[in-house]
Amino acid sequence: MRLDGDGLIDRSRPLAFTFDGRQHLGFEGDTLASALMGAGVKVVARSFKYHRPRGVFTAGSEEPNALVTLGHGAGQEPNARATMVELYEGLQAFGQNAWPSVEFDLMAVNDLGAPFLGAGFYYKTFMWPRAFWEKVYEPVIRRAAGLGTLSRKTGPERWERAFAHCDVLVIGAGPSGLMAAMTAAEAGADVILAEEDTRAGGRLNAEVEEVDGQAGHAWAEAMRVRLAAMGNVRVMTRTAVVGGYDQGTYAALERLATEADRALKGCFWRIVAKRSVLAAGAIERPVAFANNDRPGVMMAGALRAYVNRWRVCPGRRVAVFANSDAGHRTARDLKAAGVHVSALIDARADAVCDLDVPFYAGGQVCGTVGRKGVEAVRFRQGDRIEAVQADVLAMSGGWNPSVHLSCHMGGRPVWDEGLAAFLPREGAVPGMRYAGAAMGAFSTRGCLESGAAAGRAVVEDLGLQAVEAPVPGAEDGTYEITPFWHVPGKGRSWLDFQNDVTVKDVTLAAQENFTSVEHMKRYTTQGMAPDQGKNSNVAALAVLADATGRGIAETGTTTFRPPYVPVPIAAMGAGAKGKGFAPERFTTSHAASVARNAPMIEAGLWYRPSYFPKAGETQWRQSCDREVRMVRDHVGICDVSTLGKIDVQGPDAAAFLDFLYTGMMSTLKVGRVRYGLMLRVDGHVMDDGTCARLGDRHFLVSTTTAAAGQVMRHMEFAHQVLRPDLDVRFASVTEQWAQFAVAGPKSRTLLEEVVGQALGNEDWPFMACGDVRTGGIGARLFRISFSGELAYEIAVPSRYGAALFDLLVEKAEAREGGPYGMEALNVMRIEKGFITHAEIHGRTTAFDIGMQGMMSDRKDFIGKAMAARPGLMDEDRAQLVGLKPVGAVKELIAGAHLFAPGAEAVSETDEGYITSVAFSPMLGHVIGLGFLARGRARIGEHVRMVEHLKGSATLCEVVAPGGFDPEGGRMRG
Amino acid sequence: MGELTAQSPMDGMMPTRIGGVALREVDLGALTLVMPYRGADDALSGALEAGHGLRWPDAGRMTGTTERGVMWFGRTQALLIGVEPGEGLSVHAALVDQSDAWAAVEIEGDRAAEALARLTPVDLRTGVFGVGHTARTEVAHMAASLTRTGEATFLLMVFRAFSRTLVHELGTALEGVAVRAAR
Repeated sequence: MRLDGDGLIDRSRPLAFTFDGRQHLGFEGDTLASALMGAGVKVVARSFKYHRPRGVFTAGSEEPNALVTLGHGAGQEPNARATMVELYEGLQAFGQNAWPSVEFDLMAVNDLGAPFLGAGFYYKTFMWPRAFWEKVYEPVIRRAAGLGTLSRKTGPERWERAFAHCDVLVIGAGPSGLMAAMTAAEAGADVILAEEDTRAGGRLNAEVEEVDGQAGHAWAEAMRVRLAAMGNVRVMTRTAVVGGYDQGTYAALERLATEADRALKGCFWRIVAKRSVLAAGAIERPVAFANNDRPGVMMAGALRAYVNRWRVCPGRRVAVFANSDAGHRTARDLKAAGVHVSALIDARADAVCDLDVPFYAGGQVCGTVGRKGVEAVRFRQGDRIEAVQADVLAMSGGWNPSVHLSCHMGGRPVWDEGLAAFLPREGAVPGMRYAGAAMGAFSTRGCLESGAAAGRAVVEDLGLQAVEAPVPGAEDGTYEITPFWHVPGKGRSWLDFQNDVTVKDVTLAAQENFTSVEHMKRYTTQGMAPDQGKNSNVAALAVLADATGRGIAETGTTTFRPPYVPVPIAAMGAGAKGKGFAPERFTTSHAASVARNAPMIEAGLWYRPSYFPKAGETQWRQSCDREVRMVRDHVGICDVSTLGKIDVQGPDAAAFLDFLYTGMMSTLKVGRVRYGLMLRVDGHVMDDGTCARLGDRHFLVSTTTAAAGQVMRHMEFAHQVLRPDLDVRFASVTEQWAQFAVAGPKSRTLLEEVVGQALGNEDWPFMACGDVRTGGIGARLFRISFSGELAYEIAVPSRYGAALFDLLVEKAEAREGGPYGMEALNVMRIEKGFITHAEIHGRTTAFDIGMQGMMSDRKDFIGKAMAARPGLMDEDRAQLVGLKPVGAVKELIAGAHLFAPGAEAVSETDEGYITSVAFSPMLGHVIGLGFLARGRARIGEHVRMVEHLKGSATLCEVVAPGGFDPEGGRMRG
Repeated sequence: MGELTAQSPMDGMMPTRIGGVALREVDLGALTLVMPYRGADDALSGALEAGHGLRWPDAGRMTGTTERGVMWFGRTQALLIGVEPGEGLSVHAALVDQSDAWAAVEIEGDRAAEALARLTPVDLRTGVFGVGHTARTEVAHMAASLTRTGEATFLLMVFRAFSRTLVHELGTALEGVAVRAAR
């Protein structure tokens, strides 16, 4: 029901919303929880396991009960905490984990089975038959227990990720946070003040106590305005700091206020701060007694917030139960708001009361009566058990400082006997200070003072001068508490409302020897739900401590891990879908290839054409076979710009390359290219490619597309760490040059036209390179071949790439040639037995690929010593061979394994595997490359390929790799 | 044989304006990566001064302007912008032509830094990253160079082949900023 008075809502702006299809009205400034309360809705959810009716329990992000689904359809958002949802016009909320509705839930039969559903129930019950684990038990349990569901459709909502930097991050904008932020800001520090609520003030918005002679919320708002006006402060409301990480990095989730037609939901921030102040406040803790989960039972501090801030109350008659002055304060505010207080029950026997309410010192609530809501409260005072009529029970078991963020780097909180609470450990997070209720300062004045002190401390750490400013006057009451965790007695007493864990579950866990707090947590699932035990952890471990006869300090807490509040995966992965998933790297010929309908294949981040389909070609093999024949008979053009190109210069360039390659590069003549192999430090092959000598001290290294980055990194390592003595400089020029292979018997005449000079063997022999000109542009020409044909590669500055590709293709088409793609390129290199990373996959040595002769014995090079280790040059190793099918089955499959013809196909008899397979249009059959034990000595023998996944087997003949034009006459032609 | 037509990296994708922030492609002219040989820093610096009237930049800084300047470009590297390197330089340093390797975009507007904060971890506060400051960094998973050329103006460079992705990422970031600005 809605109360009279101002509060912090705007009654001139009513907002219509629905809950489970029913229309309600709230006001601007309301949360969904306060609006539902104002509308008289009591049951807002069903519990996780027993489907018990549940009402709003808190007024903050710790809410365990009031989880709802917002919206419906693709963008529906499950498990939204109604206490954190800002009301907006047209909001649609739905109850969840209930059928047909939260008001009447047939799955509440689970509650009748409660005696059997205790801790460890699943572990003990669903043990056999084993086949039922995943097929029967899990689906049934998952259907019966749980929270909201996702739509399983692509949502329209959008999130952002962003970085922020500051000198001081203040976490929480309550009285302490505001003072810390102001103190730091006035000293000149760059400050970010993050607050998960929509407004600054923290508890000041929920209480009536004054600060500096004005209403607390008004003081807070004035402070926020002052801070926001300072150039060095960023006030971030609706922003929860959710995690603390190394080197002053914090994660924060910002939710934008919902507005019509806006898909942007919020932002996942990474904030880097030199210093931080944890002023996250404290969370009030419940007391466990029988049926303490009934709608109408709620936290006293939350009730004060609803009454004072939102002017709503969930009932007409309120009973209050506390073990500190919180009860007194609550009864006072209720009376002031005109709500009837039917009982103030104070667990402290020596408590006194000056309010005109029925007061019971030393009383303990032992149960609630009612069905879907509290109707009466039963309590014990001395030997007597009494009952009072009440439809709301406000309770307080004291406050737990929000120490979470102080624990994210492994620190454990410290138990304070006097406050009966865990406090953050000093120095637990480098650069972090604590302030206010988060460190156990529970009076307003104490918060203001500790906030100012924390602000001064971080300012001094940063070498700045703090400005002396008086701390505003405020309430400075003492916090006198008698620890009180649960009321013994019959009936289920809830600890973890969100995961349906009771006192009995925890004591049962202890009885069954799950006495470590971490074991108890996992056995009972206490603290595992979206609230991560914010309401229940301390009480649960206190019960465990009781049950095991240990103290609370000795029992300790479970580990606090990020995130502090639930973070949608969509927020953390913001932007990483569709085009945002990974950068796309396009060649200069991309548009031309796409215009020719070439399907693209990804090579790292690059996109390369697979093949260029022509009219009438319905499947890729037709195009591929045609392109292979086109190159071998006429001429083909292929964009090879994606291969890594590294420019190497300097007095010691040649010596450096000798050190990198297995072969000798210093003997290479200017204007010539040499094939080279690079090994990793461990002696295995890293990459292969060509090295061109452009000048006496100037080389151009080419790498494979896949390993371009790896080779660059390897070279940096080699230079910076292994051979800093060499005076050499290098840089990637991959992007500077667009490079095209022109391959086939007609490539020479084509290129002679393009570069306007003779390219015969005497002018430009195999493996020659040099500068040429084309269309008035300086270009580079290399006579190299990956196809086995007479071939060249021509490179121009990238701005001319698109134009040159068009020109080359036009000239090729005039010669019955055209562009060719990756498929044809792959077929031709397999026909020639040339390797790619399918063969040099990281586990093969130069010996394995038959290139042991390329490992120079006249010099040292990276990997030389390690390649000589025993076993790496062993004749028994799997060696590169070619394979062709000789039996009835003509299929070869890459990845299949090789066995002796009569042998059983098991791992013990495994002799090798196939790495590359293609249909060779030139040879007329399927060919493969693979590694076979003692392979080079077994040419002509038969082996059996077995592919276990498809269950196929093929008898193959072992042949030398490169069955097409083995002498290489075409290439040198 | 006719001339080959040059195509700029951002051909047809810029200029554009989103949420009050202007994006335009910048033709930086000749770009030469200059990498001094061992012990040649001072000699190179002198040759730069004498030949081009430009100073060698400290790490993370740029000297001159984007029309004619030297931009720190990584460990023992700087990018000579808008100037064909004179003969004198190659004695002291390796020179590598990069004129076609980079797509360069100028981002200008009060909310430019806010948009960039969605793409790069660099601390862009004016007190930390002032005019003339430059960084080699990551921008939306791409290797990039970012320079503050004015109070509210940045020069952003990525590999030429990433041009389209850069346009997409800048667009997304700027739209997000615009949505907030509209509130």
